[in-house]
Amino acid sequence: MNIIITSIITLAAIGLIAAVILYFIAQHFKVEEDPRIEIVEGLLPGANCGGCGKAGCRNFAESCVKADTLDGMLCPVGGNETMKKIASILGKEAVEAAPRVATIRCNGSCQNRPRTNSYEGASSCAITHNLYIGESGCAYGCLGCGDCVSVCHLGAISIDSTTKLPVVDTDKCGGCGACARTCPRGIIEVRPLGIKGRRVYVGCMNKEKGGIARKSCNVACIGCGKCAKECPFDAITISNNLAYIDSNLCKMCRKCVDVCPTGAIQALNFPPKKKSETTTTDTSTQQ
Amino acid sequence: MKTFRIGGVHPSDNKLTAHCPITQAPLPSQAVVLLSQHIGAPAQCIVEKGDQVKVGTLLARANGFVSANIHSPVSGTISKIDNVADASGYNKAAIYINVEGDVWEESIIRNDELIRECQLDSQAIINKIDEMGIVGIGGATFPTKVKLMPPRDMTAEVLIINAVECEPYLTNDHALMLAKPDEILVGISILMKAIHVERAYIGIEVNKPDAIELLQQKVQSYTGIEVVPLQCRYPQGGEKQLIDAILRRQVASGALPISTGAVVQNVATAHAVYEAVQKNKPLIERIVTVTGEQLSQPGNYLSRIGTPISQLIETAGGLPEHTGKIVLGGPMMGRATANIDTPTSKGTSGLLILPEEQSHRHEPSPCIRCAKCVSACPMGLEPYLLSRAVAVDNLEIAEEHHIYDCIECGCCSYSCPAHRPLLDYIRLGKGKVMNIIRNRSTEKKQ
Repeated sequence: MNIIITSIITLAAIGLIAAVILYFIAQHFKVEEDPRIEIVEGLLPGANCGGCGKAGCRNFAESCVKADTLDGMLCPVGGNETMKKIASILGKEAVEAAPRVATIRCNGSCQNRPRTNSYEGASSCAITHNLYIGESGCAYGCLGCGDCVSVCHLGAISIDSTTKLPVVDTDKCGGCGACARTCPRGIIEVRPLGIKGRRVYVGCMNKEKGGIARKSCNVACIGCGKCAKECPFDAITISNNLAYIDSNLCKMCRKCVDVCPTGAIQALNFPPKKKSETTTTDTSTQQ
Repeated sequence: MKTFRIGGVHPSDNKLTAHCPITQAPLPSQAVVLLSQHIGAPAQCIVEKGDQVKVGTLLARANGFVSANIHSPVSGTISKIDNVADASGYNKAAIYINVEGDVWEESIIRNDELIRECQLDSQAIINKIDEMGIVGIGGATFPTKVKLMPPRDMTAEVLIINAVECEPYLTNDHALMLAKPDEILVGISILMKAIHVERAYIGIEVNKPDAIELLQQKVQSYTGIEVVPLQCRYPQGGEKQLIDAILRRQVASGALPISTGAVVQNVATAHAVYEAVQKNKPLIERIVTVTGEQLSQPGNYLSRIGTPISQLIETAGGLPEHTGKIVLGGPMMGRATANIDTPTSKGTSGLLILPEEQSHRHEPSPCIRCAKCVSACPMGLEPYLLSRAVAVDNLEIAEEHHIYDCIECGCCSYSCPAHRPLLDYIRLGKGKVMNIIRNRSTEKKQ
């Protein structure tokens, strides 16, 4: 009986002493942390996508609290709404930023870009890209294995079963750019969403000369430069036989869409044009 | 019987063309000569559009230490210098030559007379090999002169000649050994002189008994050369596996094969060295095994580099109906190509035409952890783990488990009962990890 009592007392004494030591150590080495970091982190989506350029949501919250202004700070997934909330907590001014979405700059559907062979290896764009040109004759186009789909935290991308091209759900897409960084061919670009989702962009990345590009795909940009000449705002530049529309300069007049001889320029979510004008508009299904 | 100690598989030989003699393939009407036919920097083009060239005229000069000269395989006019889609379909710089007649450079000795004596010293031999653009034509196309110049702190003790030809279907080395045994042995003697070694071993697998017998008979009149018959096992033709099989020495992870004291050269390279040193002939043609069960005239064709593969297939009897796949190289390490107009290069050892029913992969199923890939891996790696690590993008684990030691032989994918595409992922991860290592070392230097 004695033994039990002594051991209990000894253990209790050791525990007590250890607790006192730990208490004083904890007091001494206490890390002062701004409680607002916790609150800001709670407001963020928690996807840790890295779209803001920081290591994760916690890191972004820390930077927001530390920063003098919120200029240039944007959680692309949470958008302006979240940034406003953060600003009100921190007592800073939120800077409005246009929402951005991933845009697929390839329209080489099975119809537009005939397949010349079939690939049966591991289903990964990175592997296919390293191995060979892909199932079609275009060395720049979408490979369709869905690396972008698997990398998206938000489930915003899916592969269309008929066109074999990725489709971005603009409601879900936060514009973090994870897909753009993953795509081995670099065909995904994060562009401003535009009013009512209206966007004008070149749906092609083929840098070959016109004839070669056209041979592999019906809707390839052939670098003819008609769009650049037509554009009243100098928003279009041609380099390496490929046109590029600067979204900051583009006023969405869609003149370029009408003059493009191959239909490589895409205009999304615009209402149908009036009868008098030519109808070479809209989405992938038409060409 | 000797063989390497770790891993390996034994696929069925399928050496359909084993006893086909070497046949001269017709000249192409247009030759397309790639500027990058070797490991290392692409060669620098020194000719212009409209230039007249003869067979053996220098077209492009080696651009750096690890690079090789490229000579014209045909005579005619340069029609353009432009891109061409290579076997992968991607564009590579190339020289297009319209073939006119068959005029050779006067310096090339074209008779079949055997020249045994070589008066050149070691450095002169290496310079000659460099000048003639000789690369390892077993498949890796590593410039031969680089292998003959070991780093200062290492010395070569022995020369190993790789006449293993462990890839199924391929028979070009076999045919060459039967047709040109003396030329090969003189080539070996020249290589021995170049690296100052007294001993050379020729490793040949026992599925080529006639070649073993012939060479064993011939080596008696040469000093220091020995024929070593080897058990049939893939990938015995791998440099590290062959050193282990013959010398019982292992190449350490990350070390050069020369660290074991062995220099390994392919048997066809030895023949090319003979022709370069004794006959002044650059590497302008090679034997390509065109094979496949359905081909009407499969064989070992001596063809000029730059011949479109479609023409070689035509020579072998035309593309059979129901062809599913055209593989450049053997079935284990070769790559299927979707571009039938791609030209051959110095490294094109074979063309395998597979019928539709043999050219499909099986549907992969989940890994059952049977570890067959681990037993099969000749480098002692864990392919199931590496492929998984790459698939989930965990390159730290891949590096920790020596993914960079993979020789891409394909034994893992071959042995997997679940038909998992193990090598596909490992190859991707190996590239990524090598990049990381390279960046790290350049950062350190800065």
